[in-house]
Amino acid sequence: MEPVLAVLTGIFLTVAVYLLLSKYIIRMLLGVAILGNAVNLLIFTSGRIMREVPPVIGAGLDVPAGATANPLPQALILTAIVISFSFFAFLLVLSWRAYSVLGTDNTDAMRVAEPDGVQPPPLGY
Amino acid sequence: MAVSSSPADLSAALVLQPVAALDWLVILPVAWCLAVGAVLLMIRHKSVAQPLVAVAALAVLVGLDAALLWHVAQNGPVTMVMGRWLPPFGIAFTVDLTGALFALTSAVVALIGAVAAIDDINASGRRYGFYPFLMLLMAGVSGAFLTGDVFNLYVWFEVLLISSFGLLVLGSEREQIDGAVKYGFLNLVATTLFLITTGYLYGIFGTLNMADIAAKAPGLQMTAPLVTLTALYTLAFAMKAAAFPVNFWLPASYHTPRIVVSALFAGLLTKVGIYALIRIGVMLFPAEREQLSFVLAIVAALTMLTGSLGALAQSDTRRLLGYLVISGIGAMLAGIAIGSPEAIGGVIFYAVHSMLVMTALYLAAGLAARLSGGFSLTVSGGLYRHHLLFTALSLMLFFAVSGLPPFSGFWPKVMLVKAAIDGGVSWLAGILLLSGFLTMIATGRVFLLAYWRPAPAQTAAVPQPLAITALLPILVLTVSSVLIGLFPETLLNLAQQAAATLNEPSAYLNSVFPAGGAP
Amino acid sequence: MKSLIFRTIAPVIVSVMVLFSIFVLLRGHNEPGGGFIGGLIAVAALSIYGIAFGVETVRRAIVFHPLSIAGAGLLLATLSGLLSMLFHVPFMTGLWVYPVILGEEIPLSSVMTFDIGVYLVVVGAVTSIALSLEERGED
Repeated sequence: MEPVLAVLTGIFLTVAVYLLLSKYIIRMLLGVAILGNAVNLLIFTSGRIMREVPPVIGAGLDVPAGATANPLPQALILTAIVISFSFFAFLLVLSWRAYSVLGTDNTDAMRVAEPDGVQPPPLGY
Repeated sequence: MAVSSSPADLSAALVLQPVAALDWLVILPVAWCLAVGAVLLMIRHKSVAQPLVAVAALAVLVGLDAALLWHVAQNGPVTMVMGRWLPPFGIAFTVDLTGALFALTSAVVALIGAVAAIDDINASGRRYGFYPFLMLLMAGVSGAFLTGDVFNLYVWFEVLLISSFGLLVLGSEREQIDGAVKYGFLNLVATTLFLITTGYLYGIFGTLNMADIAAKAPGLQMTAPLVTLTALYTLAFAMKAAAFPVNFWLPASYHTPRIVVSALFAGLLTKVGIYALIRIGVMLFPAEREQLSFVLAIVAALTMLTGSLGALAQSDTRRLLGYLVISGIGAMLAGIAIGSPEAIGGVIFYAVHSMLVMTALYLAAGLAARLSGGFSLTVSGGLYRHHLLFTALSLMLFFAVSGLPPFSGFWPKVMLVKAAIDGGVSWLAGILLLSGFLTMIATGRVFLLAYWRPAPAQTAAVPQPLAITALLPILVLTVSSVLIGLFPETLLNLAQQAAATLNEPSAYLNSVFPAGGAP
Repeated sequence: MKSLIFRTIAPVIVSVMVLFSIFVLLRGHNEPGGGFIGGLIAVAALSIYGIAFGVETVRRAIVFHPLSIAGAGLLLATLSGLLSMLFHVPFMTGLWVYPVILGEEIPLSSVMTFDIGVYLVVVGAVTSIALSLEERGED
């Protein structure tokens, strides 16, 4: 199972990088969304895949009844999902603002902060 | 109220003895910042009360961090685990001298930034949430310095990143949106790379506790791809710290926000990247860093040169300072590349100096722009004639950032140059000195054009009154830089002890696993 | 949105969803569920309400500013962690009480208050983003 998921992670990462290399913010956003999922899949695979029951301890017991799946990667992924979700939401709002304020979603055209043709500092006075 | 009890033997998994009161100092800086940030978020519209609460809270934070530093200096590294789970099961906060020293310096910088913001951030900026974001940023920064768990480090990175987004777009001007887009996407890539590597790390080690990893790494050198891990971590943190090939987000964004925000970012954010690089490269994977040290040295040299050459080419003082931040990062990377305890001590000292001085420089640039009509070197001038004290303070800061005695930048540079020569990389020592020289030229030109020369005719020289409140933050930071330069022994000893603990982490390991050795 | 059917049905959907979000929040202690997912369900409900009746109506309906709600949640979560300071156990240790109300034992814990804090943080933060996006969509 792991090799299949590893290849899948690779495909996800490839797509994400390809989209992130685009000039247009909307494609970069899609890349960000896919990148988050690629990483979650990667952590999931790193934690080893097992056909075990969920790691929930039954009522009245102190230890799980049998072997369970590794709960830690799930906790890590949940955290990563929360973070990548909030990141994505922020970047979405920011991109919308950038589009309406700057009038473009082409990053090549975004030269407000670093304008072209700035004079070097004077050499004397 | 009772802690739940059950018949199973809990002593193997849980902390059962009561926690010493002083150990709470480990977690309190973070919890305090979160709680105050939450309260400030609720009273966002009380724009008069906000700065008072925030400044008082940050003063308390400085006290907490100072007490923590004292505690750690007296008793060695301290650990507290979350939710009673023994390490490596629970998330552990472990503080050694390095973390405590960084945390204290960052708290001082934040306090001074909050005081400076009383003048600089107006009511609308306060309603938008400058102070809550500042407190949450400090929660993230303190958490990153104090945690002893790799994944937890990632979480604090994200906390500080999200709050820095909020601070960056404060005001929503066109420039800020533009800068924030570049800052946002590139930092997202960096933290995602950090997360990817942490996924690999967990796959290899099965643990995320730093002490546990440090103990297990030597046994896995032959079987696991640890150099790859170290290289990936180095790339991720170098991106956060703005090292050469991945530094372009910094000059694109650091000059866009309010000047106080720029000052805080310059003081705090890149240093977190350096701290993480020290933690991973020196404590967790020293042998692997050794293998990468030549690459790191080249990256460090290029970072120093792009930083100081870039500074020479800028006519906007804020953008010039952005390049000086990068140049300082290069000097710290050089120390990490050399890797000997002396060099790491130099890096820690340099980081403390850089946090204080870079913040002061941005604040000074903001004040200079307010007094002389703009950030551009082509229009400013005439400060020397009207504001002698401010001019003197600025000149001291320029000397400090260039590494001249008797200011705080001198000693770490001496340590780094000496470590480079001792370590057989004299060319790196040469680049360190060259970059200091170029920085001197760049800042000297700022002094000539903005301070020394008479004001150009078109910006009619109306002498503006200078309020002492505006000068106070710069004065405090400059005085501390001079004091560190004149009496470096305390900080020097602390930095060297911190580096020794990192190099020989047995005290750190003992603090996490008191029985001795990992389970 | 001007659809009569949607406007008639929206309050019903919204109230059921908010109730369900609280159910998921409280269920989370022993079974799948919890503050984050519950909070997201509540945000979805508020967004539906906003689509049906406009953003202003939602802002009036939740009384407090979304970010103030998030702040209250963050404070509650932090304080639930700090509560363990009084009992000399490490930060974030779960503390339980078992009051008997009407002959029924009700287990209450600092874990639950922490989760309620998370719920409020998610509701506040995500609602503020969703509302600002909907506001832009309207004009």
